[in-house]
Amino acid sequence: MTSEYVLEMKNVVKYYGDEPVLDGVSFKVFRGETKIIIGASGSGKSTILKLIMGLDRPDEGEILVEGQEITRMKESDLVAVRGKIGMVFQESALFDSLSVRENVAYQLYEIGVDEDEIESKVRETLGFVGLEDAIDKMPSELSGGMKRRVALARALIGHPDIMLYDEPTAGLDPITSRRINELIIALRDIKGVTGVFVTHRLRDAFTLATQYASNGGPTTTYHREGATLCIANTRFLLLRDGKIIFEGPDELLRRSEDPYIKRFLA
Amino acid sequence: MPLTPKAAIKEVQDISSLAAKIFISAFKRPLYLKDVLTQMDVIGVGSLAVIILTGFFTGAVLTLQTSKTLSTFGAIGFTGQLVAVSLVRELGPVLASLMVAGRVGSGIASELGSMLVTEQINAMRALGTDPIKKLVVPRVVATTTMLPILTVVADAVGVIGGLFVAVFVLHISSNLYLNSAWDALNYMDVVGGLLKPLVFGATLSIVGCHCGLRTHGGTQGVGRSTTQAVVASSILILVFNLILTRIILAYTQ
Repeated sequence: MTSEYVLEMKNVVKYYGDEPVLDGVSFKVFRGETKIIIGASGSGKSTILKLIMGLDRPDEGEILVEGQEITRMKESDLVAVRGKIGMVFQESALFDSLSVRENVAYQLYEIGVDEDEIESKVRETLGFVGLEDAIDKMPSELSGGMKRRVALARALIGHPDIMLYDEPTAGLDPITSRRINELIIALRDIKGVTGVFVTHRLRDAFTLATQYASNGGPTTTYHREGATLCIANTRFLLLRDGKIIFEGPDELLRRSEDPYIKRFLA
Repeated sequence: MPLTPKAAIKEVQDISSLAAKIFISAFKRPLYLKDVLTQMDVIGVGSLAVIILTGFFTGAVLTLQTSKTLSTFGAIGFTGQLVAVSLVRELGPVLASLMVAGRVGSGIASELGSMLVTEQINAMRALGTDPIKKLVVPRVVATTTMLPILTVVADAVGVIGGLFVAVFVLHISSNLYLNSAWDALNYMDVVGGLLKPLVFGATLSIVGCHCGLRTHGGTQGVGRSTTQAVVASSILILVFNLILTRIILAYTQ
């Protein structure tokens, strides 16, 4: 059965110790859409991504990836599901014993792709994030922003249908964050990648929600939405203490009268 | 974490289930042979200097001590025999394993622990790799195969260290020392002397991996895991040594 939803969470509950981190979370992500999950630290945002990737299992509820229920899948069967998903971790999580080339090529080595194809794919993917020159460097020689871009390239090399971003701009300066955001917008609008973007930085969240990319010849251009238009294919999800308290587009989020949301946005 | 009986049983259970997983994964594809070879180099060749120094000085000091005791009975000619037997049966396997536990067990725990707290292990799983196969199995296989070899090196260098002391300090002829050393060793000494490091190697690497993989609490946690790995594996080595010695001696008659 194919579903119009790429990702679906049904009533997911997750405990760490005695505290519930997620308390009955349900949402759906359409194909090509980017869902932005915002919330204070410790509200369970990153946990959602780990559950979608199958890195952790929920205590209750169901998670569907491309219509497949993954919460009761065997670890060996999860590998196929994870192949469709790319993930950018908080703090990049690059393998620090491997060079940039080996980091980006990791997934291809695992599948057993031949050397020449790996080299060309690595160069192409690093070209997309603008880091072709860093191919022979080690992660320790890179700046925080470069690491984040290598992590993005590593997640993209297998052409995933779904991308999960765990605070990809945390701790970066505004210019570097902007560069990362533009790459994510380009993935959404030009390559049609479905995404889940977790952040507590509202500025980045609204950039993603109000800008869109188009491909004019060889260069990608970024535009800002008009005052009333809602072109960017992005929906917000606000988490508070493991519960979803808002779901919808940025325009509605800004106009919300809820006192907690107002305080969160202020 | 306070060591309650419940926590201790849980710990034993976790280590056993990890050991079972390692055993099953070691025979299933994909096999990371390149990683196994790298770890053999890091663990085996990398520990050579430490093992040579340990063996040499242990053999030398053992010769000094035993010759002192033996000379009171006028039996200084048996020095080589006593040194060789002590080294091959006990000191070689145990000291080599303890040194490797300090060097390799701690290294494994801190490396896996750091990878865990920086989410590299999760990243690896996200990219479709089983960390047990990619990280744990190569380390356990490499340590288990290299430790018996390192023990042979430690034994041999120990006998040579003893020879130095025998010849230059005690003025015993090298022939007498080496012949009595050679004659003293029987088949079971060698088998036992190699079986022990095999068990100790598996123990210290599995404990190292277990401590690394259950690290929590950031960088501080990595330090804690490293210490625990060394302490736990050293004690386990000493306990298993007693058990194995009892078993081997039962078969020696």
